[in-house]
Amino acid sequence: MNSMQPKTWSMAGGIQLAANKQQSLQGPIRTALLPPQLIVPVTQPDYSQPQLCVQVGERVQKGQPLVCVLSAQGLAAHAPAAGIVTAITTHAVPTASGLPELCVVIDTDAADTSWHKLPPLDYMQSDIDTVIQRVAESGISGLGGAGFPAHQKLRSSLGKVDTLILNAAECEPYLTADEALLRERAMDVLDGCLILLRITGASRCLIGIEDNKPQALAALRSHAGDPRLHIRVIPAKYPSGADRLLIHALTGTAIPASTLPIDCGVLCHNVGTVFAIARAVLHGEPLLSRITTITGAAVQQPANYEALIGTPIRELLLQSAVDTTRLSQLVCGGPMMGTALANADLPVTRTANCIIAATEPELPLPQPAQACIRCGFCAEVCPVQLLPQQLYWFARNREHARALAHNLADCIECGACAHVCPSHIPLVQYYRATKAEIAEANDKQQRAHHWKLRFDAHQQRKAVEKVAEEQRRAERAVLASQKQQSGTAATLSARDAVAAALARVQAKKAAGDKLASGSVASSNVADDNKDSRS
Amino acid sequence: MTPAGYFIAVLLLLALVQVYCAVTSIAVSKSGVEAISMVDQVNALLPQTQCGQCGHPGCKPYAQSIVSGGPINKCPPGGAATIADLATLLGVPVQPLDPEHGVESPRNIAWIREDECIGCTKCIQACPVDAILGSAKHMHTVIVSECTGCDLCVEPCPVDCIDMLPARTPLQGWDWPRPDPGLAGPVPVATDRMPGTSV
Repeated sequence: MNSMQPKTWSMAGGIQLAANKQQSLQGPIRTALLPPQLIVPVTQPDYSQPQLCVQVGERVQKGQPLVCVLSAQGLAAHAPAAGIVTAITTHAVPTASGLPELCVVIDTDAADTSWHKLPPLDYMQSDIDTVIQRVAESGISGLGGAGFPAHQKLRSSLGKVDTLILNAAECEPYLTADEALLRERAMDVLDGCLILLRITGASRCLIGIEDNKPQALAALRSHAGDPRLHIRVIPAKYPSGADRLLIHALTGTAIPASTLPIDCGVLCHNVGTVFAIARAVLHGEPLLSRITTITGAAVQQPANYEALIGTPIRELLLQSAVDTTRLSQLVCGGPMMGTALANADLPVTRTANCIIAATEPELPLPQPAQACIRCGFCAEVCPVQLLPQQLYWFARNREHARALAHNLADCIECGACAHVCPSHIPLVQYYRATKAEIAEANDKQQRAHHWKLRFDAHQQRKAVEKVAEEQRRAERAVLASQKQQSGTAATLSARDAVAAALARVQAKKAAGDKLASGSVASSNVADDNKDSRS
Repeated sequence: MTPAGYFIAVLLLLALVQVYCAVTSIAVSKSGVEAISMVDQVNALLPQTQCGQCGHPGCKPYAQSIVSGGPINKCPPGGAATIADLATLLGVPVQPLDPEHGVESPRNIAWIREDECIGCTKCIQACPVDAILGSAKHMHTVIVSECTGCDLCVEPCPVDCIDMLPARTPLQGWDWPRPDPGLAGPVPVATDRMPGTSV
């Protein structure tokens, strides 16, 4: 660990927001009570149909796999607690789409606490593939927000990465899950960093943390003994924790939208993910739970919970003494980038880092948008230095080419522009929708190009087949006429032979009449006929 | 200047023009840049499903008809987006899709109910992009990644064992929607507001 604060690069734009973090950091992490029912999402990252390895009515052990992962892209899921599978059905989950996803519903059995663990792995002695395989088997995906499968990220970073970044910035207001984890379990998190250093072969690990988390920072400092671990403190400013911005703040490398951080030699992981990797490798524990912040003015005891994946959000709210009369909005995630939830029956997922039970004055409903007054505040706060106002016109008028020319693809959808807009224009919603439209148009274009090639090939094949067929037909015609001609020639020659034979017969007959008997002549005639036939 | 002088001046200018034209044409022919025909430009905007819903036997014939002045609103798979692109390219007004040729709908894919297939090869012959696999008296199947969803295989099937199903599940097809127009506000810039209209 470096004692002197080394260089960090400052972020352009960004906004200072009321942190609202201390409410949920009053006490230690609570272990959430075992709910009577768990709703475990088993959706795959590409939304393909998962291969389930349990059936309705089956008894499952805690930690037993629910999904048989067949491909390298697949994501495993495990039973977070022992119980009986009562249904395999689609259930609403806290995602932006709000669409139901396939879930395994387990009626839990509090008496059975045995845990189906894998043996601990000595990551220094085992080969890299075994360690990555362990991460894959443990069903770990990014716990920070994007939810990308961790093993896939690790596998694609092999041989490419020089710098590992631990994202402990947690810049969004209200979220304290990572901070609470670092305060209490910094040791495990740093062990996870060492595992990742071993897997990737990176030479250093930069730990990026905001300066408003002194206790977490102290915990990190007291455990970061390895010389490859470097703690970098950055000023608390939203959205410093967005991965590309954090990479820039710590390394000075700006990563273009078209490139992945891995291709620039940087692998960035969230604190929670790294903790889960450490538990999976060192203790053989699959990812069964996560730290979720329950906060907001409508709960009387805001706190961080270690909640099993699949715990209904309602259970956690009740444990935090929610006041339903004051509750106006439920948000999963932070107030800037989170998703409003339709109800509290949705389960905790791997990416559910925070549930805000907000009152009306705390998180007012969006106001109707007014006209843009060209104040330019949005351009001042944009952390990637775009021109949000210009992008807004282009998005509104569906001018995709111009939006792209103004680097819409670089937008990280942090919402800073919409937050400062005095006209309450939902800018980010326009950008997201436009990005989606552009992606769809590109897909369409690619499909059309592919189909055109297929159609052209089809037409060409038909043309070639037609020519070949015509040629065959012509050849057959020639052959037929030849046959006919040779046939007539054969009949002609046969007729000549018969005539000649007849002539010979007559000649011999005439001669035989004079010289010998009729029997000799008749045998000659038979011989002649034989000759003409052959 | 004498009339002869004028005449010579004009001749000189014409000669210069000739020389310039010759040089330019040589330069163009040497540069290897080929002019893309209008039909190809129009064809590049069409969805290439080769479905024939426009009444033409494929996308290129439709492109030819558009270039020779035909309507641009006969392509349901392309829908409003294609019509807008065509209108921009050709400098003609945008028209709504002609319902006579069909309505815009999400992309479909042909699925053969394989145990009902009798192996007649009729669908294979109908497929414009060779997306159906199989041989006589053997089961046929559709290569999903190649199917354009053109519908042309459905009608020839003598046992009606081909279904057109959505290409994506709702979850795969979901994307961020545009903001609620109620929230979006009717006027983009306050200073652009026309007198007499209300926000």
